[in-house]
Amino acid sequence: MSFLTLEGVTASYGASQALFGIDLSVGEGEVVALMGRNGMGKSTTIKVICRLLKHSAGKVRFAGQDMSSLPAHKAARLGLGLVPEGRRCFTNLSVYENLYASARPGEWDFDKVHALFPRLGERSDQLAGSLSGGEQQMLAIGRALMTNPRLLILDEATEGLAPVVRQEIWASIATLKKTTGLSIIVVDKTISELRHVADKVVILERGETVWRGTIDGLSTDIKDQYLGV
Amino acid sequence: MLRERYINILILAGLVLIPAYAYFAEEPFTITLATRAVIFALAGVGLNLALGQGGLVSFGHAAYFGMGGYAMGILASHAQNYEPIMEVPFLIEGTNSMPVIWLVAIVMSALLALVIGALSLRTSGVYFIMVTLAFGQMFYYFTISWPAYGGEDGLSIYVRNQFPGLNTLDPIQFFGICFVILLAVLFLVDRINKSPFGLALNGAHQQEERALTVGINVYRVRLVAFVISGAITGLAGALFADLNRFVSPTMFSWQISGEIMIFIILGGVARLFGPVAGAALYIVLEHFLGGLSEYWFIYLGAILLFVVLFAKGGIIGGLSKKETGRAG
Repeated sequence: MSFLTLEGVTASYGASQALFGIDLSVGEGEVVALMGRNGMGKSTTIKVICRLLKHSAGKVRFAGQDMSSLPAHKAARLGLGLVPEGRRCFTNLSVYENLYASARPGEWDFDKVHALFPRLGERSDQLAGSLSGGEQQMLAIGRALMTNPRLLILDEATEGLAPVVRQEIWASIATLKKTTGLSIIVVDKTISELRHVADKVVILERGETVWRGTIDGLSTDIKDQYLGV
Repeated sequence: MLRERYINILILAGLVLIPAYAYFAEEPFTITLATRAVIFALAGVGLNLALGQGGLVSFGHAAYFGMGGYAMGILASHAQNYEPIMEVPFLIEGTNSMPVIWLVAIVMSALLALVIGALSLRTSGVYFIMVTLAFGQMFYYFTISWPAYGGEDGLSIYVRNQFPGLNTLDPIQFFGICFVILLAVLFLVDRINKSPFGLALNGAHQQEERALTVGINVYRVRLVAFVISGAITGLAGALFADLNRFVSPTMFSWQISGEIMIFIILGGVARLFGPVAGAALYIVLEHFLGGLSEYWFIYLGAILLFVVLFAKGGIIGGLSKKETGRAG
């Protein structure tokens, strides 16, 4: 049964329509890769799911609840954990304070986050703004986990990072999949890495869902047509 | 490099030693100046919670300063005249007990901040500044046209209010009361800043969208901070009125809002001791430059420009070589 469902979702930024009909479902414990070229509506879809942008038509349901009238902070409390594009840590707070400010009761606590990302434990008193890009990304993921989400959304989590750091991030995503029952949406373009974690792929093109299937089902034609790889 | 903590200790030491010296040198005027600095610092600490930690540029904090002042003025004037404030539906009499006056000032200022905050926090940026300014000016003009409590002429209180066991007319004892309150509020604000609530307020200042997506109700967090901020500034207003034994509509004016903001900018935005340093410097400048010329604000303006352009962390930021405080 689907944990998150989007049916025919449309959304606009003012007069400019960005989503023309998104269909997406994520089951419990499932990892879904949301793919598509730049500007095709992936981040807008994430914003709609997290209630940072109101959809104009269609249905968004999460954990059996209609999300239409929920504000963003209530959606987060329902169990949506977002790791946003560009990390966006609270740069003037320490690593500890970033995690502490986001903490909600549940399975994930400081010890578990430090076990997943030992470097966050080592840099606990350091200001988030003084961390490297990779460490900030770990902090962004750790912070989302501290909210004890039921669905974790990683929006371009490895973009702009050094290859070795990307490997660490992908390894942590694989660990999350293996050791927790967390549902995950990963927005990324790296097919080779997604192959190890994604159960399902959804491709967006010009604000619409155009393809759904497994990562092995991505033919060369589909990659050429929708992903430009 | 001087560490910020040592600078803070130096500031507090200065605030204690100067009036102590003035006490032994029998210079009560200097003690009164130090008391003014402490009260202004308290008002600044209040605004700094909203402005520094929360990024809420309120240009109407004079509303709470004035509310605190008038809470004192109204209660004390009725105690002075032996006339009740109201008899129907129940009897409310005036009082000259400082603790009761402070409590009333805090509650009234907090309620006012709750109403103003609930409305103004639905806006942001320049609109927020204008809405808060408009509320402050609304009270300013209301008190001008309120003859029951002196209208434009204000209201004089002939005897300073009382605090159990102390002679509040003794400048050093009144200074002591104000200083202890400032210390208590600094401790409280420091606790708030380090609490999950304070971190959420700070986080919402830096990344509002991000704060929302970790489940922080940004509007509510800001409103609570705004109310606490207003309550502290209201308490400062009550003390200021007691210091002068006089309240007038000027306490509600936009100039007061601007001055409280100047304390923070001079001392360092989002720094716990920023408003304390700023208020102390302001009083020193007012005293010495004001003696040179009645147009001393020109010099103050030049100093403010220098701080904004070359010492972005204010005096404390400049001395500690650390530009940013906790937020912003």
